Amino acid sequence: MSKATTNVDFRKVDVDQYEEEKYEDDAVVDDGVTGPNDAEVQALIAKGRLADALQTVLSTPPIASKNPAVKDKAAQVVMKVLTAFKAADIDGAIKNLDQNKLDVLMKYIYRGFEMSSEGNGAQLLVWHDKVFAVTGLGSIVRVLTDRRRV
Amino acid sequence: MPDNYSFGIEPVSCHAFNKDRTQVALSLNDSEVQIHKFAAGKWALTDTLAEHGQRVTGIDWAPNSNRIVTCGADRNAYVWTKQSDNKWKPTLVVLRINRAATSVRWSPQENKFAVSSGARMIAICYFEQENDWWISKQIKKPIRSTVTCLDWHPNNVLLACGSTDFKARVYSAYIKDVEEKPSATSWGSKMPFGNLMAEFSSGGGWVHSISFSANGERLAWVGHDSSVCVVDAANGQQLTTVKTDVLPFMSITWVTDNSLVAAGFDCCPMLYTYSSGNINFVSKLDDTAKQQVAGKVSAMARFKAMDSRAATDDSANETTLGTVHQNTITQLSIHSGTKSKCTKFATSGVDGQLVVWDVKSLESAFAGLRIA
Repeated sequence: MSKATTNVDFRKVDVDQYEEEKYEDDAVVDDGVTGPNDAEVQALIAKGRLADALQTVLSTPPIASKNPAVKDKAAQVVMKVLTAFKAADIDGAIKNLDQNKLDVLMKYIYRGFEMSSEGNGAQLLVWHDKVFAVTGLGSIVRVLTDRRRV
Repeated sequence: MPDNYSFGIEPVSCHAFNKDRTQVALSLNDSEVQIHKFAAGKWALTDTLAEHGQRVTGIDWAPNSNRIVTCGADRNAYVWTKQSDNKWKPTLVVLRINRAATSVRWSPQENKFAVSSGARMIAICYFEQENDWWISKQIKKPIRSTVTCLDWHPNNVLLACGSTDFKARVYSAYIKDVEEKPSATSWGSKMPFGNLMAEFSSGGGWVHSISFSANGERLAWVGHDSSVCVVDAANGQQLTTVKTDVLPFMSITWVTDNSLVAAGFDCCPMLYTYSSGNINFVSKLDDTAKQQVAGKVSAMARFKAMDSRAATDDSANETTLGTVHQNTITQLSIHSGTKSKCTKFATSGVDGQLVVWDVKSLESAFAGLRIA
C-alpha cells in the first residue's frame, strides 16, 4: 500500500491547460520582428551615435515573438545601448522619444532590473529616474499591466 | 469647496441617487443597502435594505419609476419597489449566472436593466406581465472574461460594456416584448438581441468604466493601463487612445458633449476634453493641495518629530492626502444636470466619503477653466 502512495508525479500536472474556458490572448500575429540588428546597433554605439542607437532598438522590440531566446537577445542589445550612455546625455536622448517608445523603454528598464547583472544597476536607476520624470506613474503601470511583454 | 459627506470608515462600494437627489442608496462594503435622506445639510439613514447574502456590488435607482435595482456577489439581483407604507419590498430576479454580479444599470426608459457578471455574460432583465416576474436573457458571445462595467445608449437598445478581457464592446439588448424595433444609429442598423455591434481593444488593461455620450454617438472608457479611450461612431468609429502619466482611472463620465471627467487611484477627479480626434488633459479638479497652508511648526514640535519619527522636514507633519478623497475614487455619477450639461457630479470612494462637486465653483476656483 505504501508504494502506491509515494508517487507524487500528479503534483506536476499543469491542470490549467485542461481548462476549457481558458483565456487566450488575442493571437498576436508574429510579424517576424526579431528585435534590433545587433551588428547595426554595435556600429552605431562604436561611432558614438548613441541617441540613434536608442531610437533603433526601441523601434523594433520583438513583442509578438513567441520565442523567449529572441526576446532575451533583444533585451541584451538594449542593455548594451543603455549602459553605453553617459549620464549627461540621457536627458537629450529621452526628449526625442515619443510616448510609445518611452513605454517600451520603461519596459526594458524593468527587464534590465530583472536580469540584474552586477554592473548595470546604478545606470539603470538613473535611466528609470529620468524616464519617470517625463512619463510619470502611467508608464510604470503599463509595464505591469500590458500583456505585450518585451 | 466641494461638499463632502462621510459615511464611516468602510468603503462606499456603490451609490445611486433618486430623481431629485434628496435620497441616496449606497452600500458600505457589506450585504446591505442603506438609504439616506438629505436634510439640513446632512445625510440621515432612513432605511436598510437587507436581502443580499453577500456583498452588494451595484445599485441603480430609476428616476421616473422610483425603483431600485441592486446586484451582489451572491449572484442575485433584487428590484425594490416602494410600498404604500413607505417600506421597500424586494423582488428576486433570477439571473442564472454562476459567478458574482459586478454592476447593474436601468435602461433609459426603465423597462429593463442589465447586469454584468463574472460569469462572462451580461443578463438583460425585463418584466413579463403574464407571469408577474422578471425574465433574464443572456448575452455571452464573444465575451471571454468578467464584465466589469455597463452603460446604456439613449435609444434604450444598445449597451456598452467593458471587460477584463481588455475589450470594450457595444451590444444590442433589444427585447421585442417591451419595445419597438429601433431605428438605425451610427453603430449599425441590424440590432437583433445579443448582436455585437462593435468591439474595441483598450490597449493592455482591464476596462474599469465605460460611458456613452449624451447623444450616444461617442463612447469613452478607461483601462487599467492608465489609458483613456474614445470612439466616435459618427466619424467612422475612429478610436483615439491617450496613455496618461497618472495612476489608472476607475470611473469616467461625459459631463458635456466634449468633456470627460475621470477619477481613480489618484483620488482626484480630472478633466479631459475630446475634440477632432484628440483627447486632451485639461486639469485636475481638486485644489485642496494648494489650499493646505504650511503652518509654522514650533521648534519644540520640530525636534520632537525628529526625535520620535526621524522627520527632518515639514512635509512629515502631513498625514492626509492633498485631495478631498483620502483613498481611491471608485464611482462617479452625474448629480445635477445631464451628460451633455452637467452642473454637479458626485464621487464615492474607498475612504467612505461621498463628495458632490459643483461645476460652477470649479470653474471659478481654477482660473480660466471652462467645462464646455
